Amino acid sequence: MSTLTLDRREVLKQLITVRNGALVVTGLGSPVWDLSSIDERDENFHLWAGMGLASVTGLGLAMAQPDKSVWVVTGDGEMLMGVGSFATIAAKAPRNLTVIVLDNEHYGETGMQATHTGLGVDLAGMAAAAGFAKTLTVRTENDVSELMAAVQNGPFPLFAALKVKADNLPKKLSPRDGVHIKNRFRIALLGEQEAMNTG
Amino acid sequence: MTETWNDAAYRLFKTHDVRQVTYVPDGGLKSLINDLIADNDIETVPVTTEEEGIALSAGAWLGGQRAVVMMQSSGVGNTINAIASITMTCRFPLVMIVTMRGDYGEANPWQIPMGQATPKVLSEIGMRVFQVDTIEDAHDALDAGMTMAYEASAPVAILVSQRLIGAKPFRSDPELLAAEAAS
Repeated sequence: MSTLTLDRREVLKQLITVRNGALVVTGLGSPVWDLSSIDERDENFHLWAGMGLASVTGLGLAMAQPDKSVWVVTGDGEMLMGVGSFATIAAKAPRNLTVIVLDNEHYGETGMQATHTGLGVDLAGMAAAAGFAKTLTVRTENDVSELMAAVQNGPFPLFAALKVKADNLPKKLSPRDGVHIKNRFRIALLGEQEAMNTG
Repeated sequence: MTETWNDAAYRLFKTHDVRQVTYVPDGGLKSLINDLIADNDIETVPVTTEEEGIALSAGAWLGGQRAVVMMQSSGVGNTINAIASITMTCRFPLVMIVTMRGDYGEANPWQIPMGQATPKVLSEIGMRVFQVDTIEDAHDALDAGMTMAYEASAPVAILVSQRLIGAKPFRSDPELLAAEAAS
């Protein structure tokens, strides 16, 4: 196991300062609690299930909204379940999509079992091999600065594995009703008439 | 030339303003996939597993676009958790076009159990299932299904029978068999 020093919430707080209106999809588990505790907005779509599918949800959104920046914030276990999506995303090469993995090398919701990244698997390397335009493994404050520049300037699709400490932190839950989360997101993005099909 | 069900599907995608289509390929979808790839107004997305299509369709809808998810029936099992946990919970629209294996004239025994289970499994998780055997049925079900999905947020699966698309033959090459017998 590598040495993990970054605090997931502190890094995410820094990243959020350069969110600049990005639409964010979170993958199930701790990334949902992280974002809902730091920057809860209508433009967050939280997946409370569907493990492995956060990054492709982000791809569909990014293709539908090519002029908006789309971030996927998820965990290493969630990403590992959907590594085929590296190929799917790279093949479409969206120029507005960033996938950020908060990689604590553990399944944090199920008892802190080691994930494959804790056993040597390199997610950024897999994303690079698939063809992401830029990939980063973020371990230090300097790396965080590089990532903050990259999420604003690209190139995209961008992938970053943030090596963070395996902590279960105090959390503020996001709303959990799926229809509500979907509708508030669409109303914020598309307006009431289109979102609620009243036209 | 007579319109095929692939032609009808493409025409109806345009009528219903479909903008993203995902597929794991199948022989029954061949000309439709080619027409979609040639269309610059539709993003055509090859996915590595069928469940990616379910999530991508949800993401497209979040961003204000309509999607269709296409697969062979052998891939339906891969989609079940995605549909049950994302599509149903969030009441996302979903249009799945499933070309069938193992339902009529199938010569590969490995395809038959999943083919037989496909309509039951999809119904069990709450999908509206249309089984189509003729080009007229295919046209009508696609049109009705897309209206139900995009206007009423219904999850719809259109299962296209081997009666319409034909069953794939499996035969050894006679020349190879003859050469082997002669040696």
